[in-house]
Amino acid sequence: MQDCILHCFFNFLIICDKGDSVNNVLFELRGITKLFGNVVANKNIDFSVREGEIHALLGENGSGKTTLMNILSGIYTPDSGTIIINGEEVTIKSPEDAIKLGIGMIHQHFKLVDVFSAKENIIMGQSGSIRQNQKNLTREIEELSNRFGLNINLDKKIYQMSVSEKQTVEIMKVLFRKSKILILDEPTAVLTPQEIDKLFEILRELRDDGCAIVIITHKLNEVMEISDRVTILRKGESVATVETKQTNAKELTELMVGHSVDLSIERPVVEDKTKDVLQVDNLTIFDEDGVKVIDGMSFALDGGEILGVAGVAGSGQKELCEAIAGLHPVAEGSIEFKGRNIVGLNPNEIINLGVSMSFIPEDRLGMGLVANMDMVDNVILKDYKRQKGLLLSRKPARKTALKMVEDLDIVTQGVQYPIRLLSGGNVQKVLLGREINSSPQLLITAYPVRGLDINSSYVIYDMLNEQKKKGVAVLYIGEDLNVLLELCDRIMVICGGRIMGMVEPKDVTIEDLGLMMTGHTYSQILAERGTGK
Amino acid sequence: MTLPFHIVKRPYMKTYQQVIVRLLAVLTAFAVTSILMLLLKKNPGKVLMALLYEPVKNGYFLVQTIKLAVVLLIISLGIGLAFKMKFWNIGAEGQIILGGIGASYFGLFHSDWPIYILLPVMLVASFVTGGMYGLIPAYFKARYNTNETLFTLMLNYIALSFLLFLQYGPWKGANAMRPEFDNFKKNALLPSLSSSKPWSDLHIGWILSLVMVAVVYIYMNHTKSGYEISVVGESVNTARYAGMNVRWITLRTMMLSAGICGIAGFVQVSGNLKKLSVNVAGGLGFTAIIIAWLSKLNPVVMIVASFLFSVMSKGAGFLEYQNISPAASEMIQGIILFCVLGAEFFVNYKIVRTNREVAK
Repeated sequence: MQDCILHCFFNFLIICDKGDSVNNVLFELRGITKLFGNVVANKNIDFSVREGEIHALLGENGSGKTTLMNILSGIYTPDSGTIIINGEEVTIKSPEDAIKLGIGMIHQHFKLVDVFSAKENIIMGQSGSIRQNQKNLTREIEELSNRFGLNINLDKKIYQMSVSEKQTVEIMKVLFRKSKILILDEPTAVLTPQEIDKLFEILRELRDDGCAIVIITHKLNEVMEISDRVTILRKGESVATVETKQTNAKELTELMVGHSVDLSIERPVVEDKTKDVLQVDNLTIFDEDGVKVIDGMSFALDGGEILGVAGVAGSGQKELCEAIAGLHPVAEGSIEFKGRNIVGLNPNEIINLGVSMSFIPEDRLGMGLVANMDMVDNVILKDYKRQKGLLLSRKPARKTALKMVEDLDIVTQGVQYPIRLLSGGNVQKVLLGREINSSPQLLITAYPVRGLDINSSYVIYDMLNEQKKKGVAVLYIGEDLNVLLELCDRIMVICGGRIMGMVEPKDVTIEDLGLMMTGHTYSQILAERGTGK
Repeated sequence: MTLPFHIVKRPYMKTYQQVIVRLLAVLTAFAVTSILMLLLKKNPGKVLMALLYEPVKNGYFLVQTIKLAVVLLIISLGIGLAFKMKFWNIGAEGQIILGGIGASYFGLFHSDWPIYILLPVMLVASFVTGGMYGLIPAYFKARYNTNETLFTLMLNYIALSFLLFLQYGPWKGANAMRPEFDNFKKNALLPSLSSSKPWSDLHIGWILSLVMVAVVYIYMNHTKSGYEISVVGESVNTARYAGMNVRWITLRTMMLSAGICGIAGFVQVSGNLKKLSVNVAGGLGFTAIIIAWLSKLNPVVMIVASFLFSVMSKGAGFLEYQNISPAASEMIQGIILFCVLGAEFFVNYKIVRTNREVAK
């Protein structure tokens, strides 16, 4: 009922909004439908963007945002629907068509050639570019970067660049192709707060220049900050399009999720903590190429505590987790679990001590779960060794799996179906559920809510808090700084394999975390704060 | 312009539907073969009869077909184990040869032993020699991450050369005129359950192969080590994370895989050929790769697939009566393989008509 009223209200807004529109509609999608097998990714979506507008496309994972934009950029063809650009109906069969029509997409995972310089990446794909005058090209690119404040060393190789620099190259690539429509898929996911500010400045410049910018995101605060209008997708359908000024975060969430949600995360207080369940001392680790990825790291973690780890992706999180789990060799230092040094033990011995790791790498299923196996075989993975004899009994695991489905509300056709058929949130529940089921004393969890919708994320936070209350020591490698600030008892900020600060959430702001992630120590920040006041 | 059709991914397909798709693929293959035969102005019915029916027409032919199927089945079982681990063992040929040599050592030089000791010893010897030969690429894969496909393939040629060396050198038989291995004495031959023709020619290798199917099936699906093989095959990282010793699993599985191929060598020399010969492997190791793959590594399905491939191989001989080169059989096998593997596409995807109307 409430939903319906909201809907009407927003439709009304849209009508108003059409009345006083100043700018022209640059492109429009009408009635777009796309199916993947039985899954409806997009259902009859209408979407239009004007010149000189930043339009946020908001929705949870799996709501069809990326699919819709992939249709616009020629990666998918729609099952039905039309695309209209500058008032003309067009057919986009390939990314090449899209580029010719002035559509530029900046993907979440950058599509750059690592060993080429920025300039080479920017001019790549231009027909006849080899014979073109290098000087002219360089001048052209320089003009572009001056105009939009894109500061970049054109001769720097991509592999030497930071994530933010790579993104700038991607944007320049698109601009160089004279794209008027820019689509950015989750552009802030890998950036620090400071870098995000810089990106938004650039986007505003581009908007004022007349570009139409679509930014795909599921972060509400960014929507509120940068966008002029928002279109909300839910389960493949367009729920509403609203003026950003006339809405707020709570309303948007409700539109996105479909019902009202409480956005605060609990942080229960645990009285009797077990001291120093995990003690890492002067830990130094090299990766396969001999690069130092963890540099003299020391910290302690109590039972009944969630210790958050914040850092730009690739700051040593993966190696730290793997080292504790016995999967990565340690060059120097010690890792003590309840007073016993576990460096040099093999993973099996560490598991038997009660250390449990649920590590979610980028591809989620790469480590921890076997995509092609069913739930029973995945549940059995961690404890099959404890079975006696040569034969494998699946009965207890089957029982556990069925119980997990019930307790954690895992949506599945049955425990005998391969888990690659499950949605991301359910896969995550299977993984975390199995780890918790082995009643660990130390739980390492990396990016456990990556790619999950809001409801599933909160289920995961509850599960972690449940463990904390039981006295488990939880190491939480996180991405979303807001979540880290709300969920964790302490936050350890790392940069380049070193600890920049061990802070309590109440003492710091999100900007402080951002500064530490880029190499400022906490004491520096405190000092600056002191002089500033 | 949009294309009138486009491809979409299919949701999970039920097993019986998959079976139907594959059967249709085989029928398609026969249809394509028929068209080819018509182009060659041959009667496709007669060709298919020769290829599929002649080899099972009477007891004499059937026995020959079964004997070949037994060896193919054992090799497929061995290869299947390695493939389950995504270890691409293309070296069955070499492992069969080494297994044959191991068995033949006792068959040739200890034929005075009683049959109930000699045959088990030959069996174990073939398993050990074949298995050791498989350990070489496994060791280098586990230790240095070498490419096992090339490694096992190359080892085939070394094995064959070694066999030739034995044939011309130390193990040269009594016939002074020709470099040949001696025929095995009766003690070293696999016996038959029947004493009347034609079934007396059918040695007990078929029982051995069926027992091995059961053992491998249980091993793959109901033991801890079998489970480990599947996990390693799916994701080495996950296996490490679960505390598995990936190197040891690689070595162990490859030893088993190659050892089973070695046993096929034993059945060849002691059952089918009745002596060691350069033809002991004769390309069977490659045919078995196709069988293992088409059976989706399922040991029970391998029984059927091995028999079918054996029928077609034997049928090739009968094609000559139709004035068709036996190479045609290989071509038909190729067409079947192409169609069945091509059918995988339809298991995973479907083609739908593009809806041009804008949904209202």
